[in-house]
Formats: sequence, structure tokens, C-alpha cells
Amino acid sequence: MSKTMKRALYFILTLTLVTPVTAFAAGGAQLMHMDVDLSDRESLQRGARTFANYCLSCHAASYMRYNRMGEDLGIADSVLNENFIFGDAKVGDTMTVPIDKAAGERYWGVLPPDLSVIARSRGPDYLYTYFKTFYVDDSRPFGVNNLVVKNVSMPHVLWSMQGMQRLDVSDHKDGTHHAPTYADLQLISPGTQSEEEYDQTIKDLVNYLVYMGEPVKLYRSKIGIWVMLYLFIFAAVAYLLKKEYWRDVH
Amino acid sequence: MANSDNQVINALVGLRDWVDDRFPLMQNWNEHLAKYYAPKNFNFWYFFGAFALLVFVIQIVTGIWLTMNYKPSAAEAFASVEYIMRDVSWGWFIRYMHSTGASAFFVVIYLHMFRALLYGSYKKPRELLWLSGMAIYLLLMGEAFFGYLLPWGQMSYWGAQVIISLFGALPIVGEELALWIRGDFVVSDVTLNRFFSLHVIAFPFLIAALVGVHILALHEVGSNNPDGIEIKKNKNAEGIPVDGIPFHPYYTVKDIWGASVFMIFFFAVIFFAPEMKVPGTQGLFLEGANFIPADPLKTPEHIAPVWYFTPFYAILRAVPSQLGGVIAMGLAVSLFLLLPWLDRSPVKSVRYRGTNYKIALTLFIISFLILGWLGLQVATPLYTWMARIFTVVYFLFFFLMPFYTAVDSDKEVPERVTS
Repeated sequence: MSKTMKRALYFILTLTLVTPVTAFAAGGAQLMHMDVDLSDRESLQRGARTFANYCLSCHAASYMRYNRMGEDLGIADSVLNENFIFGDAKVGDTMTVPIDKAAGERYWGVLPPDLSVIARSRGPDYLYTYFKTFYVDDSRPFGVNNLVVKNVSMPHVLWSMQGMQRLDVSDHKDGTHHAPTYADLQLISPGTQSEEEYDQTIKDLVNYLVYMGEPVKLYRSKIGIWVMLYLFIFAAVAYLLKKEYWRDVH
Repeated sequence: MANSDNQVINALVGLRDWVDDRFPLMQNWNEHLAKYYAPKNFNFWYFFGAFALLVFVIQIVTGIWLTMNYKPSAAEAFASVEYIMRDVSWGWFIRYMHSTGASAFFVVIYLHMFRALLYGSYKKPRELLWLSGMAIYLLLMGEAFFGYLLPWGQMSYWGAQVIISLFGALPIVGEELALWIRGDFVVSDVTLNRFFSLHVIAFPFLIAALVGVHILALHEVGSNNPDGIEIKKNKNAEGIPVDGIPFHPYYTVKDIWGASVFMIFFFAVIFFAPEMKVPGTQGLFLEGANFIPADPLKTPEHIAPVWYFTPFYAILRAVPSQLGGVIAMGLAVSLFLLLPWLDRSPVKSVRYRGTNYKIALTLFIISFLILGWLGLQVATPLYTWMARIFTVVYFLFFFLMPFYTAVDSDKEVPERVTS
């Protein structure tokens, strides 16, 4: 390798290494982290069921087709018809809901956003934290508020599983309040699931939302490995060809 | 067997001669490839011109296929992009090639320009070569700007809104000009339609034409090289530069190898990290906020342009007055045009330049990178002051160039190229 080439590589390496580190130092979002696992098909299936049962009645996912989900997650058309499709939709249809803007504003003050690509715009950590930080707030129309989305318009639709949480920020001895953190949430009435079970339910749901944001993500990197393999061989052959042609250049 | 081979070859030669009698085929082949003599000492930095051409072809081809399914209407654009991502066979692959290609284009062009700064490739007799390259760069910025509106996400919409409103800061004609560009009082369906037209027809045509001009200009004056020596000064009896080698096959095979390495990086991004989500960002190549459909009534909290515009965006924000910022930004882009006349050094390559230029170039690159990073961040008082300092450094590179290059401790340039 020539001297210039080495220097050039150092230059580019420094660029690629320094940029993410400095960028990381600036980020400071206080979200709980979850590891997305798209290889866990059962988790995706459970997430899909939660999604269909609890989200899909008000939120649409109008770019996602039922049978694409069925094909990717191994759910037969008959099961889709029975357990996932509640209106008169066909398996090849996209996941729409019969709620227009006016109706949405009448019920919740806002049209529930389409969730097809919600995981791509918000990221999994945001969604994970959002689903875990609903708490009782009598000043709100649905009696709940949320630590991620302040004055959230959505009711806590998963409350029957999680139970209800209370936010207690008045634990300072001198009576002052501190900024609310996740540690201030206490379960006041239990749901049908334990804390661990609910955590898994949310992880399944977020896994599913990440899948739905980009269905091809399930196999994109698998194809990529073959592409890389091909390109490495191609590059090696191209290098040998170059070397052969350049034999007489001094 | 051998006989039939000869027959095929004879037929092909016959066809070639038939064409050659009617079209300067071999003449052009020789002028631009087989008998175009390029310096034999090209190094790593000399790959990026070929890479730029490769990315241009990728953008054109993937663009043609995207256009087959994309709908340039405010009501349908966002959905049609998701349709491409989900329902069109390999649509996601075509779309990621195009979105990654946009960023790759700027990576390659910036490194190509950096090469010119390293080896003085803009200096006499290559002024027009440099100017045509800069024209391509400016057109590319326009092309990227128009293209970014098309997915019709929140960042598409508000990025366009902000950038067009910059024209509104110009005195007297400003507001009229911004209105004329948008075709409406806000960015709307009308804007989307005209940007689509400019993105897929007008600008690609202009860029293709200027790439032709750029290559013609290059082949007229000949390529520079890492030593900054004119190889045409040393010719043998047949009039061939002694330090030159035919572009084909030497540099065609070398560029095929280079391109294969480039494609490893390019396709690694497409298959493993198409958003380029480095920590602290919502995606450098595909921004998270752009997966929210455009909403003219809801301004996002943080509007940042795509990474390749951020150095100039940081300069814009660093200047307290809006008009001043717009002028500074315009200047930051266009000062490159003057380089051939600002540089007074008799030496081209950094290898034989004195310390003045080496220090100036290093400081310039550092400020360009830091400004680029700052342009991605929410402006805090500290960041704004940093941006001001590095904006000054950025401009001093150009403004002081006639002075520090004139008195530089340049070294002696050898007669022949080194390896």
C-alpha cells in the first residue's frame, strides 16, 4: 500500500470514527431502551395480535397489507380472517379503519395517526417508553397522562393488562417537587399481567411495529451478506486483473 | 473452430469500419480512452471522478424506475413512496439505492474536490475544468434539494419551506422571487409538481451535459497528478508523454477494481444501514422525521437539512442578520469558483508546497467538518459561537489565500513524476 493511500485511509477512518462519537455526546433523550429482535417470529406474531386487537380499531396502518404480514410472520389466511380482520376487509387489503378526520377530532380532538411507519419516525425506544409510562391524571379527558407525550390524547388502551399507575413527585422532605422520572410511577391497581409479562407484551408490540415500518427489514440484511460475498470475490478478481495489466508500468 | 472465430471477428471489424466511415467512432475511442495519456502516478484520490460518474449512472437508472411508480401529487406522494417500499418488487432496493446514491454523490464529490485542493488541480491551465466542475456541484445541490421534497415527509416539506424562504431575505425582489419559486404562498402541490419536473428532467439533462463538458475540458488540457507536474512537457519521439499511460486499458481496469471496493461500501449501507442512523441522529441519509407525512400546519421542533448541506447551514445560522446569513452562505459556496485566481503559488501539489498552505488547508478542512457537525445540532449559544469562529476560519482560507500562497516556502518541483 502506498504512503498516500495509507494517509488517505487514515483520513477517512478518522472521519467515520469521530463523527458518531461527537454526535453521541450531543444526544440526550431520556428514553428507556429496548433491544429490537426481528428474528423472534413468535414475538412478532404476539405483537401482531396485540396490534390488531388494541390499536387497529382506531389507528390505521394503511400501507400494510394483511396477507403481507401473514406471509412474513407465518400466519395463514384463514387465521387472518378469523383473528385479525374485524371488518369486511379481504386478506389482500391494507389495514384501514373507518374513521375520518372529522370523526377522529370529535372523539379524541385529533385523528389517530397512521401507524404504518410510526417506528421509523419515532424509533423503538420512544414507543417502548410511551407504552410503559401512562399514569392516572384526572385533569385529562380520558383520565390518563403520559411521560413521553405530555397531555396525550390517547386513552391507556392497554390498561387492562398493565393496570393503572400513579405519578408521585412529592417525595422530597421539604415539600418541593422534582421533575418526574420513570421511578416515580407506581402501580396502584394491578392488571391481568405481571410487570414482566406486560414488559414482554410491549416488547412484542414494538418488535411488530418495527417490522411493520419496514417489512423488508426481516430479510434485507440476509440478502446483504450474499451481496457482500459476491462483491468481495468480484473485487479480488478485479484486483488481480489490474495487477496483471499494470505489470509493465514502472 | 478457429476458422469460424475468424469469420466472426472479420464481420465485427467490417461492422466497425462501416460505422467508422459514417461516424468518428475510432477517433473518439482513441481520443478519450485508448490514446488518452494519463499520468501513471495517480493515487487513491484519483478514483473519485470515476466514482462520481458511476453514482450518476446509478441515480439516473434507479430514478427512471422510481418514476415508474412515484406519484408527484401532495395527496399521493408519501403513500406512493411507501407503495414502492412494500408492494413494488424490489422497490425498496431501488429506493435505497437512490437515497444512498444521493448521499454517496456528495461524499464522492467532496472527496473529488478535496483532491483538487491537495494537488492544485484548479490551477492554470485547468481553470475551465474547475469551473465546469463547480457548475456541476451547484447543479447537484439543486438536484438534491428538489429531490428531497419528493417523498413529501415533514423534513421534505419544512426543509423546502425554510430554504425557499431564504430567497425571501434578499432585498426588493426577495418575496416575489420566493413566491415565483414556490408557485404558491406556501410549499404546496404546485411546488411539488414543478420540483418533480426539475428533478427528473431539467437538472439531470444539465448535469449530463456539463459532465460531458467537464470531461472534454479534462481531455483538452490533460490530467493533473499528485506531483502537480505537466506530463506533456516530457514527450518521446512519437509525441507521447513519457510519464503517461493510455487511459484504456490501464485506468479502466484500475477503476473497475476501485469501483468494486466502492460498491462494497455502497451496498453495505443499502443492506445494513440505509438510514445511516449514527447515534445522536435520527438518520443521516434518511431522516426519521421524514417518515411523518408533510403537514403544512405543524412545524417540526428541529428542522435540519441533510448532512451534505449542513456546513453551509451552520454558516447561515452563525450570522446574526438573516440577509447577512444568506449572503455568507452564498459566498461560502461560490468562493470555490475563484480558487484559480486566489492561489498565487507557482507550485500545484501539496507535496511541494510550503507550510503556509498546508496549515491553511488543514484548518479549512477542520472547520468544514465541524461546521457540518454543528449544522446538524440544535443551535445553543455555545454552538453558535463555535459556528462563528469556524465560519471566520472558513472564509480566511479564501480571503488570505493571495497573501499566504505568495510568500510560501515552496519546495523545488522535480522534472519527472515520482511513483
